[in-house]
Amino acid sequence: MTSSIIARVRQKRIEQLISLGKRLDERGLTDYREVQVEVGVIEKAEGSARVRLGKTEVLVGIKIELGAPFSDVPDKGVLTVNAELVPLASPTFEPGPPNENSIELARVVDRGIRESEAIDLEKLCIEPGKKVFIVFVDVYVLNYDGNLIDASALAALAALLNTKLFKYAVKEGEVQIKPGYKPLSIRNHPVAVTFAKINDKLVVDPGLEEEQVMEARLTMTIEKDGKICALQKGGAGYFKIQQILEAGKIARKKAAELRKLVVKK
Amino acid sequence: MSKKKVKKLINGKGIRYDGRKLNELRPIKLEVGVLDNADGSAYIEQGKNKILAAVYGPKEVHPKHLAMPDRSLLRCRYHMAPFSVEERKSPAPSRREKELSKVIREAFEPSVFTEYYPRTSIDIVIEVLQADGGTRCAGITAASLALADAGIPMRDLVSACAAGKVEGHLVLDVADLEDKQGEADVPVAYMPNLNAITLLQMDGMLTSEEFEQAINLAVEGCKQIYQLQKEALKAKYVEVKEAKKEDAEQ
Repeated sequence: MTSSIIARVRQKRIEQLISLGKRLDERGLTDYREVQVEVGVIEKAEGSARVRLGKTEVLVGIKIELGAPFSDVPDKGVLTVNAELVPLASPTFEPGPPNENSIELARVVDRGIRESEAIDLEKLCIEPGKKVFIVFVDVYVLNYDGNLIDASALAALAALLNTKLFKYAVKEGEVQIKPGYKPLSIRNHPVAVTFAKINDKLVVDPGLEEEQVMEARLTMTIEKDGKICALQKGGAGYFKIQQILEAGKIARKKAAELRKLVVKK
Repeated sequence: MSKKKVKKLINGKGIRYDGRKLNELRPIKLEVGVLDNADGSAYIEQGKNKILAAVYGPKEVHPKHLAMPDRSLLRCRYHMAPFSVEERKSPAPSRREKELSKVIREAFEPSVFTEYYPRTSIDIVIEVLQADGGTRCAGITAASLALADAGIPMRDLVSACAAGKVEGHLVLDVADLEDKQGEADVPVAYMPNLNAITLLQMDGMLTSEEFEQAINLAVEGCKQIYQLQKEALKAKYVEVKEAKKEDAEQ
């Protein structure tokens, strides 16, 4: 995403502002853009949510289907996360098979949900080794204005919390769908917080222009008790250990704030 | 469909199932200049990992439109052989391999002086012949030597090593079984002279204190590996020097 050309003056401006502790849109270095969360926006999906992070917009739909488990974990349901950088979201997104950016996005969102054990996959087993539920989390990027990871992870969490599982009965090895639903049980609430390193300073929730000039990116996914459950460094630059530890402190605070927007008590 | 036996990985004395201490690396063998056609190459064995790395370039970019006017295009392909793991792996690049190719490339970007070779590409190829946990790190360690062997100017060698949490203990250089049964895995790539972390990933769960310890442990491992890398490069140059001497004597 760093490939598009941004005017050098703009770059200088962003760097100058950040060295003064300011940003283009007058946010502080550790402020998120306005976050809007809507759930249940797609009736045909078992769960769905739309998250707006400033102008970045991501829709996540959850579909649940019957299928076979993986042979090494025959007693667990399956979680699959996929991300589509839909061409309508940006002039830089092209149709075709997933590229490394969309694969990375999907895998970082996946890691947060999987490692925090947010979904009780054992409960999604119907018949060990034969039939399980497969939870498809499809991330659909509708407008790209930077920081897709945080928007996608938040939308995925909001959608999962809104997901209903159809009732079923097993008769002579056949799974029969019965009328009615129950909510999918979600045990943990992973939230991703992404930093951009610009001019050796860290800013949270980088906008598109900030992403274009950043040296490196760091995503920390924090679960509900404040533990770190996933990490991903991206971009061509590097981090000092001290910067990473500092990011950890900020991430815990920011994750708690974001979590309040999707987890209703 | 029986559950796999869960083996105890660390005994009461803090010794791991393969006889290592908690903060001990697996035995590492490094060899530089192992492939004829490549501009630079290296081979690593780390535990049961067996990995080849090759570097081609700086060379003309194909396809041409990818060439950049102000620097070289760094590319990386991390790939696992179908026979490298227990169950045959399809040779088609998986999503995991594509992600790792990306993060490995980004681990080298801060090191390589790409601005010295505009309009060219430098291609890093990592082929995992046998996998035993920590292949991305071992692959980076080898690829770093391959880049040096190709004579490509770098700000520093990149050394890589993972730390993890297994049965409540923080451990260095996580092996396959420890990764599968363990609680967390934190791969790190590091430039020792610049004190710069160029790759950082994690899965599992760690408190912030544990994470701080894990990252420091991984960096210590990287520093040890850096010494081994330097020795391997020196060994190659001694070899070249001696071969030349022999030629002159004949």
